[in-house]
This record gives sequence, C-alpha cells and structure tokens, in this order.
Amino acid sequence: MTDAVVAASRLGLTFQTNDGPVEALSNVDLTIGKGEFVSFIGPSGCGKTTFLRVIADLEQPTAGTIAVNGMSPEMARKARAYGYVFQAAALYPWRTIERNVALPLEIMGISAAEQRERIKRTLDLVNLTGFEKKYPWQLSGGMQQRASIARALAFDADLLLMDEPFGALDEIVRDHLNEQLLVLWARTQKTICFVTHSIPEAVYLSTKIVVMSPRPGRVTDVIESTLPKERPLDIRESPEFLAIAHRVREGLRAGHSYED
Amino acid sequence: MTSLPARILPVFAILAAIVAIWYVGTYALNAPFQRDLDRRAGETPTTWEFIVRTMTQPKPTLPAPHQVVANVYENTFLRKPTSNRSLVYHSWVTLSATLLGFAFGTALGILIAVGIVHVTTLDRSLMPWIIASQTIPILAIAPMIIVVLAAVGITGLIPKALISTYLSFFPVAVGMVKGLRSPEAMHLDLMRTYHASRAQTFWKLRVPASVPFLFASMKVAIAASLVGAIVGELPTGAVAGIGSRLLTGSYYSQTIDIFAALVAGSMVAILLVSVVGLAGRLTEKAMGARPA
Repeated sequence: MTDAVVAASRLGLTFQTNDGPVEALSNVDLTIGKGEFVSFIGPSGCGKTTFLRVIADLEQPTAGTIAVNGMSPEMARKARAYGYVFQAAALYPWRTIERNVALPLEIMGISAAEQRERIKRTLDLVNLTGFEKKYPWQLSGGMQQRASIARALAFDADLLLMDEPFGALDEIVRDHLNEQLLVLWARTQKTICFVTHSIPEAVYLSTKIVVMSPRPGRVTDVIESTLPKERPLDIRESPEFLAIAHRVREGLRAGHSYED
Repeated sequence: MTSLPARILPVFAILAAIVAIWYVGTYALNAPFQRDLDRRAGETPTTWEFIVRTMTQPKPTLPAPHQVVANVYENTFLRKPTSNRSLVYHSWVTLSATLLGFAFGTALGILIAVGIVHVTTLDRSLMPWIIASQTIPILAIAPMIIVVLAAVGITGLIPKALISTYLSFFPVAVGMVKGLRSPEAMHLDLMRTYHASRAQTFWKLRVPASVPFLFASMKVAIAASLVGAIVGELPTGAVAGIGSRLLTGSYYSQTIDIFAALVAGSMVAILLVSVVGLAGRLTEKAMGARPA
C-alpha cells in the first residue's frame, strides 16, 4: 500500500489515570487511502477522537504502529501534512475572520501577497466571502465552524481531520454544512477523517465508515459505502442508504454500544 | 446602557449618607473639647452656637466636611502649583513616584510571569517567595529600603518608586501567570498542529489571551503603587508629597490638612484607576471584544 494516507497496525493507547489504566484504543488495524472520506462512529469513550488525535500526533500510542503519509505522525505534523478541525470552532476572538484564516499561514512563514490570495480562495470555498473583517462573535455558530474549516484548508494539506465539527450545531444547519462539505471534498480532492456520533451524518458523507465500540476502544466493523459520489440530501430516504445505516447500527449493537 | 443620572444617583445617595454621618461624628467627637473650652472661657453658648463652634475649630479632633472641602479648594486652586503649600504640587511629587514605580512593577511582574509560565524550575521555586514578599508589612520594609539605598547614594525619586514597585509587581505577576495560562487546550492544540514554535505560541496566542488579565491586575497594581509611594514618603522625612503632608499634619495636629491630603490622595487614585480602566477598554475594543 504505497498510497495509504493513514496505516495503523495493532494500534493501542492506554491512558494512566488516577483510577488506574484506561484502554482508549486496542488492536486497531486500519488503512485509509488517498481521497477517501472516512467516518468514525461510536458512542462516547470508544476512542474515535483519540484515534484522530493519534493521527495528528496530539496523543502518543502505547502499542502497535501508525504511519501518516508513510512517516511517523510526528514527522507528518512537522511537515504540516494535515489540517485539524476541532469540536468547537476555536477561532481566536481577537482576530477577524481573515486574520484567523491567516494564522497558520503566518506561522508557516507564507508571504503577505500569497496569504491574501489563499484567504480569498478558502473563504470563497466555505462561502464566507464578505465576512473577512468580522470578528468571530459577530458570526453564527455554523459560520464560525465554516471559518475554522477555511483555516484548516488554508495551507493546502492533503489530509483533513475533523473531530465532530458539527456536533454543537442544530440539525438544519448541520444538514446544510454536510452538503457543503461534500461539495468541498469533491472540489479539493482531500482525504477526510471525520469523527461523528450521528449515524445519518456518517452514512451520508462517507466512502468508508469505521464503527467503533468502547471499553476498550476498538473497531467492530468497517463498511465500504456503495452510495454514489453525487449525493443529494434526499438520498437519505433511499433503501440503499437505510441498508447501510442499518449495518452501522448492527455494528454498534455488536460492540455493546447500546448497553448500559 | 443606563442613563447618566441613573448611574450617578446611587453614588450621590451614598455620598450624602456619608456626609450626614460625618457631620454627626464631627459634633460627637469635637463636643467634649469645645465644652471644656467654653467652660474655661466662662461662656454659655446656645445649642445652635455650640454646634457651630464644634464645626469650626481650627484643630478639630474630626474636621467637618466643609472645612476639608474649603482646605482642599484653597490649596488646590488658590495657590501656585509650584508652591510647597499647593496640593497640586504635593500630588505631583507623589504621582511621579507612583508612575515610575508602577512602570517598574508592571515590567517586573510581566517578566516574572513569563518566567514562571515557561520555566518549570521558576514555577516551582519562585511563587512561594513572591507570596512571602507580600506578607511582610510594607511599613516595616520601607525604611530599610530607603536607608540601604541612601547608603549606596540613591536618594530622591527612585527609592520611593522602588517601594511602589514592591507593592505593584505582585498583582501583575499573579494576574499575568493566570492570563498567559488562560488559552484553552484546544487553542494550544491548534498551535501544535501547525508545528508552531514556542515564541509563535507566546506572541500569537498567550500574549493576546492575557490582555484582559493584564489590565485587571494593572488596576490593582496602580492603586497599590500609590499606597507604596505615600508610605515611602513617611519614613524619609520627605519634604514634599502627599505622605509628607500627612506627616507634617500629624506633627502639628493640623487635622484638616491631614484630611485634605487624604482627599488629594483619593483623587489621584480615582484618576489613575480610571485611566488604566479606560486604556483597558480601548485596547479590548481595538482587539475586537464584543461591546458589553
């Protein structure tokens, strides 16, 4: 597998807490290919966010191996291989939207002219043209999250890691952003890893769905989606869609995710 | 935003209450001496005359508000600002020490905070000493600072300013440690995903995040600086400054002068705290803060 963006083998991570060790990830084998849209779904505590943070070199695995773009996560991070979108927009409140998008560009030492060009392009990509000079508090939650996606896209990393980016938004806004995200994915050809706890969201967006279960966090099923690339919102009422959603639910049940 | 009268009215209500209680206190505290005085002079004033006399003594136990106001007015507006009887002159002397000490103190406080946030050894070793430094009564340490510095030939403004520094660095140091550590984990993680250097994280995240904390602690620090400058004037036998006015007032039982000096000190304090507050509001506005 030379074009694997993420390759994990027997990956494990145990946190040492005051209540003894907690196995957040156990024996995770997973390969993510270039251009895929992979969703991680499972109840809280199943390690889906932890796995994303391992890819991003924000957590260190305690067992197994993982490669990002064929190198260690640390090297990949230092090579600025990915953009990360957090659960909250995490915009800096003292910066305008354009200055927030410029933040990674400033850190990476990109020239002012190039910065202007990229800010314009990425804000256009997330439909925020005209809001450059606004401060974060002047925008709605959905717009703030779009700005944070623009910020993650600004430095043109090929991998986009998204940790429940729409979790805090209401369902109508979320539907809209899901649609926009698919358009954006098609236009940019990026590889996207997307953590969610919404079954419809996972099925609607993904080419591959990784179902995880808790205690210890592990992968119970990997589902290759058979849905076409072109996905209008009402595809979610098609039998094919419902069949995949059913299989996700089965996977969750098999992992005891519905038990107390 | 509430209208101006609505904001000022409560303040004036409290002021009126204070003045009323003050007048009652003036009568109560000055009456025994006045009674004594009248008895020795063989006079028997009417009740009203007696009350007026308690309010017009030249060296009262507790001066009446109008006596203090008259003294403040006279020594602020009717004298040349360069005269050593002018409160403007004395306020300026204290103010200059306060501002210098405040500048030193803020710089020192920020420096200590940066050290504590970035160097683990300093974090573990410095904080207990900083806290201990503030448990020593400033009145005990001020004369020593003055004497030691005089011995090495440093006199005048600097020793007073250093006592201000001693009091004002503390709130800034504590506030800035908190401020520089105030960024959320997510904001810090974001910097890590960009592979940002420590300096970049400091300037682009920690510093802007600490600004509200800086101004809040500077408000406390500037008031402490003023106290430090006044205290610094007491043991030196300073000939100028609000502290020296307090001291000479107490030598010669000029209670009205003492109260006038206290009023001048409060005015300077209000002015300083307001200026810092205003600077804070303007800065935060320039940094895009949501209007309150």
